[in-house]
Amino acid sequence: MPAAPSIVVDKLRIRRGGVVVLDEISLSVASGKVTGLLGPSGSGKTTLMRAIVGVQIVESGTITVLGEPAGTPLLRWKVGYMTQNPAVYGDLTARENLRFFARILDAEPENVEDVLETVGLTPFGDRVVNRLSGGQKARVSLATALVGNPQLLVLDEPTVGLDPVLRRDLWRTFNNLAGQGKTLLVSSHVMDEADHCHDLLLLREGTLVATGTPASVREQSGRQDLDEAFLALINEEVA
Amino acid sequence: MSFRATFATAVRVLNQLRRDPRTLALMLGVPVVLVFLLEQLFADNRLIFQRIGGPLLGMFPLIAMFLVTSITMLRERVSGTLERLMALPLAKLDILAGYAIAFGLVAAVQAILVSTVAFGFLGLDTKGPSWAIVLLAISNAILGMALGLFVSAFARTEFQAIQFMPALILPQILLCGLFTPRSQMAGWMRHLSDVLPFTYAYDALHRATALGVFDGRFVLDLAVTVGVTVLCLALGASTLRRRTG
Repeated sequence: MPAAPSIVVDKLRIRRGGVVVLDEISLSVASGKVTGLLGPSGSGKTTLMRAIVGVQIVESGTITVLGEPAGTPLLRWKVGYMTQNPAVYGDLTARENLRFFARILDAEPENVEDVLETVGLTPFGDRVVNRLSGGQKARVSLATALVGNPQLLVLDEPTVGLDPVLRRDLWRTFNNLAGQGKTLLVSSHVMDEADHCHDLLLLREGTLVATGTPASVREQSGRQDLDEAFLALINEEVA
Repeated sequence: MSFRATFATAVRVLNQLRRDPRTLALMLGVPVVLVFLLEQLFADNRLIFQRIGGPLLGMFPLIAMFLVTSITMLRERVSGTLERLMALPLAKLDILAGYAIAFGLVAAVQAILVSTVAFGFLGLDTKGPSWAIVLLAISNAILGMALGLFVSAFARTEFQAIQFMPALILPQILLCGLFTPRSQMAGWMRHLSDVLPFTYAYDALHRATALGVFDGRFVLDLAVTVGVTVLCLALGASTLRRRTG
């Protein structure tokens, strides 16, 4: 029997600045898998992720995360969140940033070195974040989401702006984490990353246009190339 | 609220300051230079130096912490780190207390340094004990921090945050009694100064330095200073929103 889903969203409606960003969407994210949240810029991916981690004002609907309503204090221990723009202290070193997050999360000090290794930043651990490249900064931000060893990871475009080798390594890491029983929700607007995911959620203008495994999304659209498949599904909705 | 998260925040803020030695040097060095200038300015009129020197020692940390806090808090809000913190197991009070501990420590160093120079080398004299000045300076620093935290919610850019200093701090310095005793002010100014927190912060310092009396009015001064600090911290905490639109 499959485990209960880690995230269940029911009829979620969110308005930002008077505009409906998510319109009564319902979905679930399976435990122990990598679920890709895909869609063009402005489709509501970040808003959905903010709602899941409990920092977004919700108009109506429910979100259940690991069996608790989203935003429950207990969940702050169990959910790792990587924001789209690196939310790290630019005037501290990578290590100092991670030590701070580790202290807050009561994590083992060794975790700091482990996650630096995971994101490939061990040689740059003592460099001030503002002196790192954009991609390195994003990886420090990713490391802060990992350092507490959370059960659920909500990662907002973790691979954007990274070189192909690094992207491949990170997707391997995500799949390894899923292999250890962690659940990952990873957003991207780059469709060719979809093949790294077990499950897909395709969002367009605040509504869900397709869900399922990469294979079933191909089938639904009748296209082999996922990029084309998504374009077909999106255009189908528009037409 | 937890010791763990408060401590982590305090360490993080101190690390940030340590990584910015220029700011630290300015915070610690500028008051010393200003007190020296003041002493030279009134070299022929020692009474004035004696009257305003002591209270000024206790006011420097207030201004420094106001500026530092309003800018750092604004940065937390703008850079997205605040949103990130809100998704972590730490209470808003942990953030505030962490900042208070870190900046309180810096304020203590600042106050001790400038007091040592003023009392030890510039011949400043006070009626009350010098440790009382240092303690008042620290409590004023935390008042400045609380004010800075609160106003940071009303600034969108660092330019705006900086402008709160002449807008909110300078009038209070003018009216607190430092330049002209409040009894000599026009009625409306005196009434205005009655409701400004600096008036009480200054009066406590004045009593401790010039008069050396710790009477009922001194206790009232302290109570108002602490009360306004708590009020501003509470208002500041209410501007740290867990969920935003």
